Amino acid sequence: MAPPRANRPLLEVRDLRVEFPTRRGTLVAVDGVSFHIDPGEVLGVVGESGAGKSLTGTAIIGLLEPPGRIAAGEILLEGRRIDNLPYEAMRRIRGREIGAVFQDPLTSLNPLYTIGRQLIETVSTHLDLSPAEARERAIRLLQEVGIPGAEHRIDHYPHQFSGGMRQRVVIALALCANPRLIVADEPTTALDVSIQAQIISLLKRLCREHGAAVMLVTHDMGVIAETADRVAVMYAGRIVEIGPVGDVIREARHPYTAGLMGSIPKIGRHEERLAQIDGAMPRLNEIPRGCAFNPRCPQAFERCRQERPRPVAAGRSIVACWLYDGAAPTRATTEMANE
Amino acid sequence: MIAFIIQRLLQSILVMVAVAFVAFSLFAYVGDPVAIMLGVDFNETDKARMIAELGLDRPFYVQFANFVGNAIQGNFGLSYRLARPVDQLIFERLPATLELSFLAAILALIVGVPMGVYTGLKRDSWLSRIFLTVSLIGVSLPTFLIGILLILVFSVMLNWLPSFGRGQVVPIGWWTTGLLTISGLKALILPSITLGLFQMTLIMRLVRSEMLEVLRTDYIKFARARGLTNRAVNFGHALKNTLVPVITITGLQLGAIIAFAISTETVFQWPGMGQLFIQSVTFADVPVMAAYLCLMAFFFVVINLIVDLLYYAVDPRLRVDRGVAGGHAG
Amino acid sequence: MATSVRKDGAEKRRSVLARAFDSDVFYSFRRSPVAVAAAVVTLASFVGAIFAPWIAPHNPFDLRTLNLMEASTPPVWIDGGTWKFILGADDQGRDVLSAILYGARISLFVGFCSVLFAMVLGVGLGLISGYVGGVVDAAIMRVADVQLSFPAILIALLVDGVARVALPREIHDDIAIYVLVLAIGVSNWVQYARTVRGSTLVERRKEYVQAAQVIGLHPAAIMARHVLPNVMGPVLVIGTINLAIAIVTEATLSFLGVGVPSTQPSLGTLIRTGNNYLFSGEWWITIFPGAALVIMVLSVNLLGDWLRDALNPKLR
Repeated sequence: MAPPRANRPLLEVRDLRVEFPTRRGTLVAVDGVSFHIDPGEVLGVVGESGAGKSLTGTAIIGLLEPPGRIAAGEILLEGRRIDNLPYEAMRRIRGREIGAVFQDPLTSLNPLYTIGRQLIETVSTHLDLSPAEARERAIRLLQEVGIPGAEHRIDHYPHQFSGGMRQRVVIALALCANPRLIVADEPTTALDVSIQAQIISLLKRLCREHGAAVMLVTHDMGVIAETADRVAVMYAGRIVEIGPVGDVIREARHPYTAGLMGSIPKIGRHEERLAQIDGAMPRLNEIPRGCAFNPRCPQAFERCRQERPRPVAAGRSIVACWLYDGAAPTRATTEMANE
Repeated sequence: MIAFIIQRLLQSILVMVAVAFVAFSLFAYVGDPVAIMLGVDFNETDKARMIAELGLDRPFYVQFANFVGNAIQGNFGLSYRLARPVDQLIFERLPATLELSFLAAILALIVGVPMGVYTGLKRDSWLSRIFLTVSLIGVSLPTFLIGILLILVFSVMLNWLPSFGRGQVVPIGWWTTGLLTISGLKALILPSITLGLFQMTLIMRLVRSEMLEVLRTDYIKFARARGLTNRAVNFGHALKNTLVPVITITGLQLGAIIAFAISTETVFQWPGMGQLFIQSVTFADVPVMAAYLCLMAFFFVVINLIVDLLYYAVDPRLRVDRGVAGGHAG
Repeated sequence: MATSVRKDGAEKRRSVLARAFDSDVFYSFRRSPVAVAAAVVTLASFVGAIFAPWIAPHNPFDLRTLNLMEASTPPVWIDGGTWKFILGADDQGRDVLSAILYGARISLFVGFCSVLFAMVLGVGLGLISGYVGGVVDAAIMRVADVQLSFPAILIALLVDGVARVALPREIHDDIAIYVLVLAIGVSNWVQYARTVRGSTLVERRKEYVQAAQVIGLHPAAIMARHVLPNVMGPVLVIGTINLAIAIVTEATLSFLGVGVPSTQPSLGTLIRTGNNYLFSGEWWITIFPGAALVIMVLSVNLLGDWLRDALNPKLR
């Protein structure tokens, strides 16, 4: 399922830690997160709201809003560190190398400018094209994302488009300069259910055609199952499990992932009621000692309450859970690799 | 577009009628115009004649209609205090007030807007902090006090600029202007700073808070995520979006300037409408009060109408969906 | 201009007091030296004004203690000044400092009363407008719109002018202060009404309003109890900022000679009378009352600013 592994990952995130200093102490919103994305690969990042998945994406595109900041770890794009770049250098990467799609298409577009103007300005910011060529490219992008009558619609204002159409425009904007990575933050959450599937398949198809990898942040396991090659499950700012999407869905290893899968209704199976995980994700200032999930975990034992689990290999996945860390840790398993 | 304008016009007319009614009520029910106009000793025949002359014996709605009809022609009767036609009094003083207000408004805009943009964008810089502190003092300084301080420094202590009057004015038709003579220009400096300063700080604070508001929106974040330059994000996207609310408030502020001119004119003994109005309030000179009120309302209605039209020009969402809405807007 | 309020459930259930004096607010208060300084100055001017008869060195209204020989004495640090008149004396030998204390008393009284009046009027009309809806709502909001397009000071001048025409001069002087309270109050109610109306509209759709009807309680009474705590924060902020505006408005009207009568001079009146002596070099008669006014208004404004930021962290 996964495309052949290239020599070097496109994006590598190592031990990322995002903090928000507040007067009641520092909140750690993303804590020791490591993963990588290969060229052309779709990595799903799933978790409840507040799990830190959106912030991870925001940190990658370098747009964390103060006082939020990257406190530790590094982010590498093709082996080059990008988490400590000056604003101007990072700006050149945004849009050019890393595109972004936000959650709400209704608020992502500037209401006062035509979509054409917004597309053209993005194209000309990153590519050296004449105004006519930029406009041509903008029209072609609109056609690609499936906007009928693109030549004519290009001069319309955002409010003249429906939500689904606007998200197509947003995707076109993200693809303007052929970036190699798209960070898509809940791209379908604000849309009608009937349109969600269309947008997801469009995003997937376009990224394949443009050769862009995708980091797909969502809380919708169904979207992940359809789209992603691999999936990372986040809980309370940490990755609890990461692995090929089929493995994670069929044989979830971390009890939290298992609970998450149990809460998806399955067609054809008649259950009395949907399984659910008791309790709620802890607030950032109340993350328990040891494994963050231990108070809700049906299989928790003493060690879970004392020590934070290390990521260990389990099948083709990596899991941060003491259940799978029977033996003494070996050097190899402390690294988050996917094979 | 047409429907929008018609709707706005109807609203404006409604406001004018309401204000006219208030003005009319002043005439008809407050005080006793007959007694005031006849003075202390009068007999019953005089009184009856006066009542008939003023139309006070006719039904209420006829009186109101007459009032409106006269008002539209600028006829508000005679001033109780000066015994001269009110429209004449007002037109004599209109140029002084408008010139002063216009200059003050320009000053407030060309200084206030850039300061607001700057403090919005660089909100943690020391210059921003200084601007903000100064603006808070500015908001807390009543207009008349600014005038007094300026007079104390520049007229009394330094003796650089005149402290009262318009200086030498040049008539152009019925209009008189102080913009064409040195003494006229010198006389304008202190009053227009006085009048503009308060509005300037207000405009600056408004632009700043709108700028901050807009900078937090998704489309600005998305514009940054698209890798646009800071310049394009701040001035292309953010500034244009702050324009909409800024236009409204600034429009209202321009109206306010004409009204605030009252205290500036009093401080500088500026021969404008504000001074006339305040004298008419002190002397219960109803015709002048009524006329001033109607004229003010007219100014505000016109300003609001212009603001609405500007809105329409800036914000494409207000334009009716008719396919291509006139190409690029900006 | 956007003083939007967060309306999450948890916030709503907390009492007025708990919300207004929430520890977060107190924390930000302690953290802001400007706010503390503003509060101290505000408090000091309130105390000075309220206890003026006991604090002031002289009673400026007691004509027998005035000595024309002492007229226009400069402040103590200028040649010819004496400790008897720390901030100098005016043209009638009145102590400027005492006049300021008494004047501040009147300014603050008018300011407070008019804010209170505007608050009651605005909150009341806002509740009615939001709850009753329909024609009543439309009428109230239309009046609000029209009024909002005119500067408050013009409305206040108009109300004051009407009162002047309608009332005989003798009566007018006696009740001038209350006329002023009415005039300034009427010119400032719109903001409260809009805020409260918005909140009421949200509340009105909630189920407990229907539930109240079922158990025979008047829904309006119940609602007021739910709406009021919710809007307390913004109303407090508007009130504080309006206090500054009201004080300035009063001073302006008095300066223009249409405010309080000269027998009960407020700070504005003092500035007005002192202004005549500016050119003869007796600047202290007008500048000190002016400075007192600015300090008072500035500290109230700073408090209001801080309060708005503290209650609405989003705007920082």
